[in-house]
Amino acid sequence: MIRTLLRIGWLNLARDRVAQAMTFILPISFFSIFAMIFGGTGRGETASLPVAVVDEDRSGVSARLIRALEKERGLRIVLTAKSPGAANGAPEVTLDRARAEQMVRDGDLSVALVVPAGFDSSFGRFDGRGRPVLMLTDPSDPVAPQVAAGLMQKAAMTSAPDVLARNGLVLFDRYSGGLTPKQRQASESWMKLLRARADAESAADARGDTAMNATDRGDGFAGLVTIEERKVVGGKKTNGMVSFYAAGIAVMFLLFSASAAGGSLLDEVESGTLDRVLTTRVGMTGLLAGKWLSLIRLGVLQIVVMFLWATFVFKLDLWTHLPGFAVMTLATAATAASFGLVLATACKTRQQLSGISTIVILTISALGGSMFPRFLMSETMQKIGLVSFNAWALDGFVKVFWRDARMVELLPQLGVLAAWTVGLLIIARLLARRWEMS
Amino acid sequence: MRRPPIEEDGTNPVLRVADARKSYGATEALRGVSLTLGPGELLGLLGPNGAGKTTLVRALAGRVRLDGGAIELHGQPLQGGGGRETLGVVPQDIALYPLLSARENLQAFGELNGLRGANLRERVAWGLEWTGLKDRAKDPVKQFSGGMKRRLNIACGVLHEPSVVLLDEPTTGVDPQSRERIYEMLRRLRASGASLLLTTHQLEEAESLCDRIVILDHGRVIESGTLAELVSRTIGSARRVTLHLDRAPASAIAGLEDGAGGSLAHAQVSDVGRDLPELIARITAAGLRIEDLEVRPPSLQSVFLHLTGRELRE
Repeated sequence: MIRTLLRIGWLNLARDRVAQAMTFILPISFFSIFAMIFGGTGRGETASLPVAVVDEDRSGVSARLIRALEKERGLRIVLTAKSPGAANGAPEVTLDRARAEQMVRDGDLSVALVVPAGFDSSFGRFDGRGRPVLMLTDPSDPVAPQVAAGLMQKAAMTSAPDVLARNGLVLFDRYSGGLTPKQRQASESWMKLLRARADAESAADARGDTAMNATDRGDGFAGLVTIEERKVVGGKKTNGMVSFYAAGIAVMFLLFSASAAGGSLLDEVESGTLDRVLTTRVGMTGLLAGKWLSLIRLGVLQIVVMFLWATFVFKLDLWTHLPGFAVMTLATAATAASFGLVLATACKTRQQLSGISTIVILTISALGGSMFPRFLMSETMQKIGLVSFNAWALDGFVKVFWRDARMVELLPQLGVLAAWTVGLLIIARLLARRWEMS
Repeated sequence: MRRPPIEEDGTNPVLRVADARKSYGATEALRGVSLTLGPGELLGLLGPNGAGKTTLVRALAGRVRLDGGAIELHGQPLQGGGGRETLGVVPQDIALYPLLSARENLQAFGELNGLRGANLRERVAWGLEWTGLKDRAKDPVKQFSGGMKRRLNIACGVLHEPSVVLLDEPTTGVDPQSRERIYEMLRRLRASGASLLLTTHQLEEAESLCDRIVILDHGRVIESGTLAELVSRTIGSARRVTLHLDRAPASAIAGLEDGAGGSLAHAQVSDVGRDLPELIARITAAGLRIEDLEVRPPSLQSVFLHLTGRELRE
């Protein structure tokens, strides 16, 4: 008897492709996505943090510090960028403080370092009174500034050991009663050795020789460079991640509810109601338009409820962002409604819809950043995420609530969402042809 | 596609179908069906499952595109899905919104059929009264019995006062009491001037309700006319006799049809007074005892059996 039941269970699974996909493909695709997010993109590459660096000091020390930063595998140092509004082929120009700040403000990167003029003369002071490096940050990414600051200290230590040692000896000379001529001569020759070693490392790095990679040299010395952090966005916000997660969760569940509600089409096909409606004065295009608007209404309500909850319980500042919120909500709900219609028109049964929509929605939600913020992913994964429309929706909400973006700054997100909406609607209409006259 | 000519028969039909053809792959669902529906007439479309009744109704409703043939509604050719404002369609399925109340369903289908404002309110009130669901107007349809759903299903298709109503097996799955209530609704509908085309495989329904009957089998019209005409043209004055014997006959008895070999036997007699005593004598002579005997008047069942050699529900 048990054998019979086992056989029935096996046959059911063998003949149910949706169940097979849910059992095998969904976990594998999820594993792959998160493996790529947290473990590089599958080519052994680790995620590197893009950091803009502005050299206002233009000294040998600042140049050496920047070179050391560039050697850090955990960082991708950005020294140049196109001017705002420049044409596609326009050459990049060296960053200045204002441009770097704008890049952080726009969300192009989360951290910018400004090495101030006079940094050279105060580098390596152990009394904490040196000219501080200014770190411009976007607090929506709480990890990036800490990574950048830590690697900055490491780079400072390894980039100019001779300068550090000389400054140390100067202090020692001053407060210990003075060095003997012999000690002074020995320290001078040691300085030359340190300088030679630092130069040799730079040359080796230039040749791509990883034998002397910065990570192999060890450190354990922090606090060489004073860092002054300034938040360039969201400075007054009490709980920045709330807006991100409100949007992330709202968009993901919006997709689920849109596909479930879109499935009413399949119920109506099964019950014969759709056939009956099509015998009235309503055509298929009118029917889909009605369903689409109905799904949009549902989506708008869902997002509004979610953000109201976030406002009252988690102190999200909804009221000062109402216009941007309204536009993004409408655009996101419209795209999600079209998505729901495509899923419903593509599937033949409710069961199929349920399985396929779960797989698709969870996948694009992971890629699009509903589960794990895209700005914490590697650059490659961030780019891959852009193929899912919910990434654009999330970016739009983050722009509204975090970057206080003006309406015109939302145009890229709105444009992409509008294109998705139209494209998906066309696909849904084409797929719905099977329900028209047979 | 050239439109085949529709033959004039002297009447002024509200609906005409000429040489309707439809295939699904290798299966021919309709193989040249022609019929007419007169003003105020109730026409029964009779046939077993798979005869092509639903395909024909769906073609009339604009849901199936014919491969060939023509349809005219009030003299106007119907092409595609449009031009059917005066047509009411009652599908075989309970095509209602289960979470909506009776009133809300009526309102929804009324609006979809073009009713608005006071006219809509008036027709919804009429629908609730006509179906006897006035007291349940606010209850969700999913709580209704099968018969109540059927009645509402019909009302939703006729709320906009169509002059021609297509009813695809409107009494499927309802108990005799509910069925009689639906028959009464259809009689009232017909009395209001509507022409009805009713598909069914229930002989009693066709016999008791329909003015004329069209018998469809394998996608073709095999006979049509009033019940009397059908009987006259097929079995004439013959009667069908059913005999309950004490056991199965050991060998063939003249006049008895080849049955399944059981104790129930059938015979067709042309003249009851002359042929029946002779049949009884032959059975008795064969050593069998007749436990019961039934002589049936000519029925649609007999007509159908005569025409197709099969029971209707096969």
